[in-house]
Amino acid sequence: MSESLVSPPRSAFDQDWRKVVRFGLILAAALLFVSLTDMPDKLDRKIVIEQYLSMGYLVLLWLPLALGGLVTREVVLEGMASHAKGAREVVAGAAVGLIGGLGLSGLIWLLDTRDLSDPLVNWNDDLLEILTFGQSVGTGALYWVLISVSLGAMGGLAQVVPAAVRRSVMASIVAVILVAALEAALDDISEGFRLEWLFDLMFAKRGGLTVAGVVIVIVVAVGYSLIGRIKTAEVKERYDALKGAERQKANTGLLLLTAAAVVILPMFLGKLTNELLANVGLFLLLALGLNIVVGLAGILDLGYVAFFAVGGYTTAILTSPSSPAFSPELPWIVAVIIVVFMACIAGLFIGAPVIRMRGDYLAIVTLGFGEIIRLTVRSDWASGLTGGAQGITSIPGAQIFGLTEVRGINPQAVFYLVAFFCAIAIYMSWRLERSRLGRAWMAVREDESVAEAMGVNTVNVKLMAFVVGAILAAFSGAIFAAKVGSVFETSFKVLVSIVILVVVIVGGMGRIAGVIAGAVVLIGVLGGPNQPGLLAEFSEFKLLIYGALLVWMMLKRPEGLVPNARRSRELHQDEFLQDAWLKGEIDDDDGSTVEGEVAPA
Amino acid sequence: MSGERLLTITDLSVSFGGLDALSHLDFHVDEGEIVSVIGPNGAGKTTFFNMISGMVTPSSGDILFKGESLLGLDPNQVTARGIARTFQNVRLFANMTILENVMVAQHCRTKQGIFGSLFNTRAFRDEEREIQEHGEKVLGFFGTRLTGYRLHQTASVLSYANRRRLEIARAMATKPQLLLLDEPVAGMNPVESVELTKLIGQLRSEWGFTIVMIEHDMGVVRDVSDRVVVLDHGETIAQGSFEDVSTDPNVVEAYLGRPVEEKS
Repeated sequence: MSESLVSPPRSAFDQDWRKVVRFGLILAAALLFVSLTDMPDKLDRKIVIEQYLSMGYLVLLWLPLALGGLVTREVVLEGMASHAKGAREVVAGAAVGLIGGLGLSGLIWLLDTRDLSDPLVNWNDDLLEILTFGQSVGTGALYWVLISVSLGAMGGLAQVVPAAVRRSVMASIVAVILVAALEAALDDISEGFRLEWLFDLMFAKRGGLTVAGVVIVIVVAVGYSLIGRIKTAEVKERYDALKGAERQKANTGLLLLTAAAVVILPMFLGKLTNELLANVGLFLLLALGLNIVVGLAGILDLGYVAFFAVGGYTTAILTSPSSPAFSPELPWIVAVIIVVFMACIAGLFIGAPVIRMRGDYLAIVTLGFGEIIRLTVRSDWASGLTGGAQGITSIPGAQIFGLTEVRGINPQAVFYLVAFFCAIAIYMSWRLERSRLGRAWMAVREDESVAEAMGVNTVNVKLMAFVVGAILAAFSGAIFAAKVGSVFETSFKVLVSIVILVVVIVGGMGRIAGVIAGAVVLIGVLGGPNQPGLLAEFSEFKLLIYGALLVWMMLKRPEGLVPNARRSRELHQDEFLQDAWLKGEIDDDDGSTVEGEVAPA
Repeated sequence: MSGERLLTITDLSVSFGGLDALSHLDFHVDEGEIVSVIGPNGAGKTTFFNMISGMVTPSSGDILFKGESLLGLDPNQVTARGIARTFQNVRLFANMTILENVMVAQHCRTKQGIFGSLFNTRAFRDEEREIQEHGEKVLGFFGTRLTGYRLHQTASVLSYANRRRLEIARAMATKPQLLLLDEPVAGMNPVESVELTKLIGQLRSEWGFTIVMIEHDMGVVRDVSDRVVVLDHGETIAQGSFEDVSTDPNVVEAYLGRPVEEKS
C-alpha cells in the first residue's frame, strides 16, 4: 500500500554523514573493545569452518556487517514517504566499515609500537599475532581495512537486495555459526540417534565444519527460510484462529507432546546434553519460583539465592554421613519434606521484616539478607553445623523409592527428577495465577495502596508469595545437593540471585513459557554461574554476554523473549492504546455509544 | 429514610507537620443516608476519606462504625468491616481485566487459599463461581458497558467515564454497607452526570448502600443528597439541606471570597 510513497533512490553521496561517522566510531570502539577482552585470542581455538574461520575472528567480523547494515536502517512511519534503496546504502555501509577498519589498524599499530599491558592485561603479542593474521603489521592493517570495508558494504547491500534473498543469506550465516558453535552437543546427540555418519561428514576431525557440512547447513537454512517459514506462519495463524474448546484441545495436545518429548528425548541424548538439561532444570525451578515473587506479586527479591541455600544445606545436613553437627542420614525423600518445612520458616523469617518495604528499599534489603545467610553459613559460629568454608561433602544421591539413585554421575536421572519438580512448579504457577491469591498478587503489583484499600491483606499476600517462592527454590537446592554431592557457601553467591533474575527478565516476566525460554537460552546455551553451557568456549565471557544481552533486551524488548501479554501492554502502553483505538476497541464514550445501555435521563 | 447511626466521627484532627488538614471535625451518617461533603480545593475532603478508610491515622478523635472504633485498623480491615471507597484520581488495576478488577475486590469476603486452588477443590470452584457471578452482577449495574466482551479486556482500554464506573463497581464488589465516593462525576459530560446521579440514587434504593460523597458538581449534590456538609480549612463550616447550605453566608464566603467592602 505504501508503494506510491516510495520516492526514487537518493544519490550515493547524499548521506547523513554525521550518522555515518557516528556508526563508524561505534564500530571502531566495538572492535577495539572485543579485541582487548581477548576474545579473538581465546576463541581462536574454536574452529567454525575447517581451515577458513575460527570463532576468534568471527567475534570481530560480525560487527562491521551488522553496523554497516544498521546505519541506513530507518523507521518509516505509516503514511510517510520512504526512499528506494540503492547505491547510497552500500556506500554508507562501506564508509562505516572504513572508519572501523582504520580504528582496528590503529590498534594494530599501537600494539606493535607501545606496551600498555599494565592497565590492559590482554595487550600482548598473541593478540597482535591474531590481528595481523601472522603477517607483518602493515599487511595485517591493510587486510583489516579491506575486510571491514567489504563487510560494511555487504551489510549495506543487505538493505538493498530483496527481502527473500536477505533472509536466506542471514539464515545461512546464523545457521552455520550456530551449528559450529553447538558442535560438542551435536556430537553427543548424534550418538544417541545413530547419526554418527552425518556428524563425521559435517565436522572435521580436529573440530569445525567441513566444506560439505557448510553446504548441507546452507541448503537446509535456505530451504527453511524460503518454504518452512511460511508454513510455520500458517500453522501459527491457524492456531491463533482457534477458539474456546478447540483451542483447549490444541493446547492439551501441545502439552502432551511436550511432556512426551521431555520424557523420551533424554534417553537418546548423551551425558553432556543430559547434564546441560539437568542444569537448565535446576535453574528453571529457581526461576519459576522467582517468577511468582517478582513476576506475579511484583516483589523485587535480590536475595533469592538464600532459599536455594536453605534447601541445599538442609538436605546436606540431613543426608550426609559427614555432616559435622549431627547426621541422621535420612533418605533424600524424607529430607525433602523437612526442606519444605525449613523453606517456609526461612520465607517467613526473611519475609516478615522486609515485606512492609516497597520497591527499591525492598530490593536492597533482600540483597543484604541473601548475603547475610551465606556469610552466616560460612562463619565460625555456624561452622559446627554447616562446615564453614569446608562445606559438607559426601552427600549421598537421592534414592527414589529404590528405583534409581539420582546423583551427578547419572545426569539423566537428575534431569528426570528435576523435570518432575519443574512440572509441579509449572502446575502451581498456572493454578495460582488463576486463583484468588493470584489476583491479589497482581493487584499488589499494580497498586499496593489501592489493593490494601480494596480489602487485600497485602502483608499476608506478599508473605505467601515469598513462601511459595522459597519452597520452589529449596526444592532446587535439595536436588542440587544430591546432584553435586557436596555443598559449599561459594555455590550460593549473590551472582546466582542475579542470574536467576536475568533468566526471568530475559525470558519474559510473569509468563511461564517465557521463563522456560529464558532458562534454556541463558543456562542451556551460555551456562549458569558455575555451570558450563553449550557454548563452553564462551564461559570466560559469560557475564559480559549476560550483561550485553540484558542491556539489549531492556532497550529493544523489555517484555522478554516470550512476553506476558499484560506486561508488554504495561511497557508499550502508548502503542497498545493507539492500536486499540485504530481497531475501535476504545470507547469514545459519550454515554450513549454502547447499545442496550441505560438510557440517559 | 434514615435508620440507625452508622458512622460517628467525633473531634477528629489530623495534621501534616504543622498544617491542620482537619481540625476537631464532628460528623455522622445514618443508615440509608446520602451525605455530600463539599468545600473548596484543599479543604480536607480527601484527607477526610483517607482517614475513614484507614490510609491516614488521625492525631486525635475517634471514628465509630456500627459502634466500634476504626482507629488503628489497616485499610483492608476497614474494608472488611464494610466501608469501601473510590479514588478521586481513578486508581484501577489498569493491567488486570475488568472482571478481575471486581473479582479481586471480593478478597476480604472470600477465603480459599493455596490448597484449594492447587487441588481445584469443590469449595474452590464454588467460591470462584460466586466471585465471578457477584462481579458480573455489580458490573451489570452500569448496563452493558462493562460486561460482555469487555469483561476480559484490560481496564486500561476503558474511556474515562467508564473507568469511573468501574471504580464504583469495584467498591460495590467488596459488599460494603457504607460507600465513600470521591468525586464520582468528575470529568464526565452533563449527560453522563445526570445518568450517574440517578444511579447513585439506585445504589441506595436497590443495593441498600449508605453513601458519603465528595462532589464539586452542585447539580449532582442538589439532586442526590439528603444532607450536605461543607468543609473549609479542615473545619465544618455548615451543614444541613442543600438549600440551607447553599445560602449560608459562610459557605458563599468560602467559595467566592468576602465581598470587597468588608475587606478594608
